[in-house]
Amino acid sequence: MSNRIVHWFKYASPQSFYPLAGKMIPLFWVLAAIFGVIGLWITFFVAPTDAQQGEGYRIIFIHVPASWMSMFIYLILAAWAGLGLALNTRLSGMMAQSLAPTGALMAFLSLWTGALWGKPMWGAWWVWDARLTSELILFFLYIGFIALQSAIDDPRRADKAGAILALVGVVNVPIIYFSVKWWNTLHQGASVSLTKSPSMAQTMLWGMLIMALCFWMYSIAVALTRVRAIILEREAHTEWVKELPEVKQ
Amino acid sequence: MLTATDLSCVRGERRLFSGLDLAVGPGEWLHVQGENGAGKTSLLRILASLSPPEEGAIQWQGESIRELGEDFRRDLLFLGHHGAVKEDLTPLENLTLAAQLDGTTLDEATALKALARFGLRGREDLAVRFLSAGQKRRVLLARLAVRKAVLWILDEPFTALDVKAVDMLSGLIEEHLATGGMAILTSHQSMPLPNGRVLKI
Amino acid sequence: MNAIVAIIRRDLLLAMRRKSEVLTALFFFIIVVSLFPLGIGPEPALLRKIAPGVLWVAALLATMLGLARLFAPDHADGTLEQMVLSPTPLGLLITGKIVAHWITTGLPLVLLAPVLGIQFDLEASALWVLVVALLLGTPLLSLIGAIGAALTLGVRGGGVLLSLLVLPLYVPALIFGAGAVEAHISGVGAGGHLSLLAALLALAVFFAPWATTAALRIALE
Repeated sequence: MSNRIVHWFKYASPQSFYPLAGKMIPLFWVLAAIFGVIGLWITFFVAPTDAQQGEGYRIIFIHVPASWMSMFIYLILAAWAGLGLALNTRLSGMMAQSLAPTGALMAFLSLWTGALWGKPMWGAWWVWDARLTSELILFFLYIGFIALQSAIDDPRRADKAGAILALVGVVNVPIIYFSVKWWNTLHQGASVSLTKSPSMAQTMLWGMLIMALCFWMYSIAVALTRVRAIILEREAHTEWVKELPEVKQ
Repeated sequence: MLTATDLSCVRGERRLFSGLDLAVGPGEWLHVQGENGAGKTSLLRILASLSPPEEGAIQWQGESIRELGEDFRRDLLFLGHHGAVKEDLTPLENLTLAAQLDGTTLDEATALKALARFGLRGREDLAVRFLSAGQKRRVLLARLAVRKAVLWILDEPFTALDVKAVDMLSGLIEEHLATGGMAILTSHQSMPLPNGRVLKI
Repeated sequence: MNAIVAIIRRDLLLAMRRKSEVLTALFFFIIVVSLFPLGIGPEPALLRKIAPGVLWVAALLATMLGLARLFAPDHADGTLEQMVLSPTPLGLLITGKIVAHWITTGLPLVLLAPVLGIQFDLEASALWVLVVALLLGTPLLSLIGAIGAALTLGVRGGGVLLSLLVLPLYVPALIFGAGAVEAHISGVGAGGHLSLLAALLALAVFFAPWATTAALRIALE
C-alpha cells in the first residue's frame, strides 16, 4: 500500500508530471469532442421548442454549464492553491495558475450567454438578477487572481500570494452569493429562470449535464496544455527541460 | 550555537548557493563575503528565519528555528539594508517603542544613556528625519546596545558610518562577543576582530 | 497586550505627525460624495433614494485609499521586518495596526457621514442607522482591506491592483450596509441587515488577521 502512495507522489514533481500530462491531453480532447457532439445534438434536435421562449432559450445549454464550470473551477483552483501552500509543492501552484484563465473564460461565457438570452426574453442586454450578478463578481475574482499573479515577478511568491487570495475568495464566494441574493429579493428584481414544464425538465437537465461534461473535459485538456507550457517556462533552467526534444531544436 | 546544514537558496530561477554548512558558537563571529548578487543578503535572511531555505535545516541551541519560533526571535537581532527606524519619530521614541513591540520595557534613563554614548545627546527629541544619514545609522547602534540579544545578524552594518562610528560599532561587536554573544555579518570592509571566520559565497 | 497598545500608540503618533495623509482621504470622501448630485441632479427625492448607496460607495473608496498607508511605509523603512522578527506574535501586532488604521480612516468616516447625509436630505433616524451601519462596516472594510494590502505589498501596480482584489470582497458589506439604511427608510427595519453586518465583522475579526499575517510573511520572503 505504501508503495502505491509513493507512486502517486512521484507525479508531484513537474518533471514526472510533464510527460504524464502530455499523454492525457489527447484523451480529454476526444472526450470533450464526444460529449460536445452529443450535447449539441440534444440542444438542437432533441430538446423541444419552448412554448413561451421559442428557440432562443437553447442558449441555456451553454449558459448553465458555463456557470457551473466557472464555480467548479474556482473550487478546484482554490484546492490546488491550498495544497500548494500546505505541502509547499511547485506543481500545485502551477496547476492553479493554469486553471485561472479557463475559469475566467467560463465566467465570461456565462455572462455573455446570459446577456444573449436576456435580450430576446426581457428586452434587456443585462439583468441584475442574483445569479448573473454573482457570476460577474466571480469573474472579477478570477481577474484579480490573474492580475496578482502576473504582477508578482517571483513565481514562488506569486504562487503563495495567489493561493491566499484564492482561499480568501473561496470562503467569500458563498457570502457574496448570499448577500447578492438577499439584495435581489429585497429589490424584487427580475429572475432568470428556466421553463417550469416538468416534461421538459428531464431532457434539458440531461442536455445541460452532458454539455457540462464537455466543458469539463475541455477545461482539463486546456489546463493540462497550459500547465505544460508553464512547466517549461518555470523550469527552463533545469537539465531535464534542456534535454527535451521540443526544447533542443 | 547556531548551526546550518545543507542550505540552498533559489531566487527566481537562479540557484544562488547549495550544500552550505556553517556553525557559529558563543564568542565567535562569521564574516560572509561574496560579490554583489552572490546571495549574502539571502543567506542572512534565511538564517534570520525571514525566508525559508529551498533545502537544508537551521538549528539554534540544537532545535530547529522553525519550531522554536518566538524563542529564537527573542534571542535574535537582525538589521537589514533598511534603517529599521521610523523617520517621523524621535530617536528616543524609536528606541522605547521598539522595545515595547518586543514585549520588553526600556526605561528612559537607559535609552538616553545609550543615545548619548553614540553621540546623539541633545538630539533625542528631534525627529529622525532631521538627522544626517550618519546620525540616523547611530540610532541603530543605540538599538544594538540596548536590546538584549544573543545572536546578531547584521547586513552591511558599516554603511553610511563615519570613521568614529565605525569604531563605535566595532567596539560594540567586540563587547558583544566578549560576553558570549554571536554575530554574523556581511561587509565589504575587513574587520580586525578576534575569533572570526570567513564564509565565501 | 502591552505590545498591541504600543503599536496602536505608535501608528496613531505617526498619523498625527503626517496629518495631511489622513485629511486627504477624508476630503476625498467629501468630494466623491459631492460629485453624485452634480452628476445626477439636485432633486431631493432622488438624492434621498441614492444617499445610502452613494455614501457607502464613497466610504469604500476612501478606505481603499487609506489602505496604501497600512503596511507600505513600514515595509519601506524596514520596521515591518522588525515586527515579523519580534518575539511578539505577528498576528497581535497586525491586529493593532488594523485598529489604529481604523481609528484614523474608518472612524472619521463614521463621524462625517451623517453630516454629508444631511446634504442628501436624509432624516434623523436614517442618519442614526447610517452611523451604526458604518460603525460595524468600516472595521470590516479595514480588516478585509488589510489582506489585500499585505498581498500587494511592494508589487507593481499596487494601488489599482489592490482595488481590483478588494472591491469584489467588499460587496457583501456594501449590500448589507447600504441596505440597512434603505430598509429603515422603507419601514422594514434595519435589524436584519445590521445583524448580518455584525456577523460578517465577527467572522472577519477571526480570520482576516490570520490571512493578513500569512500574506505578510510571504511578502517578506
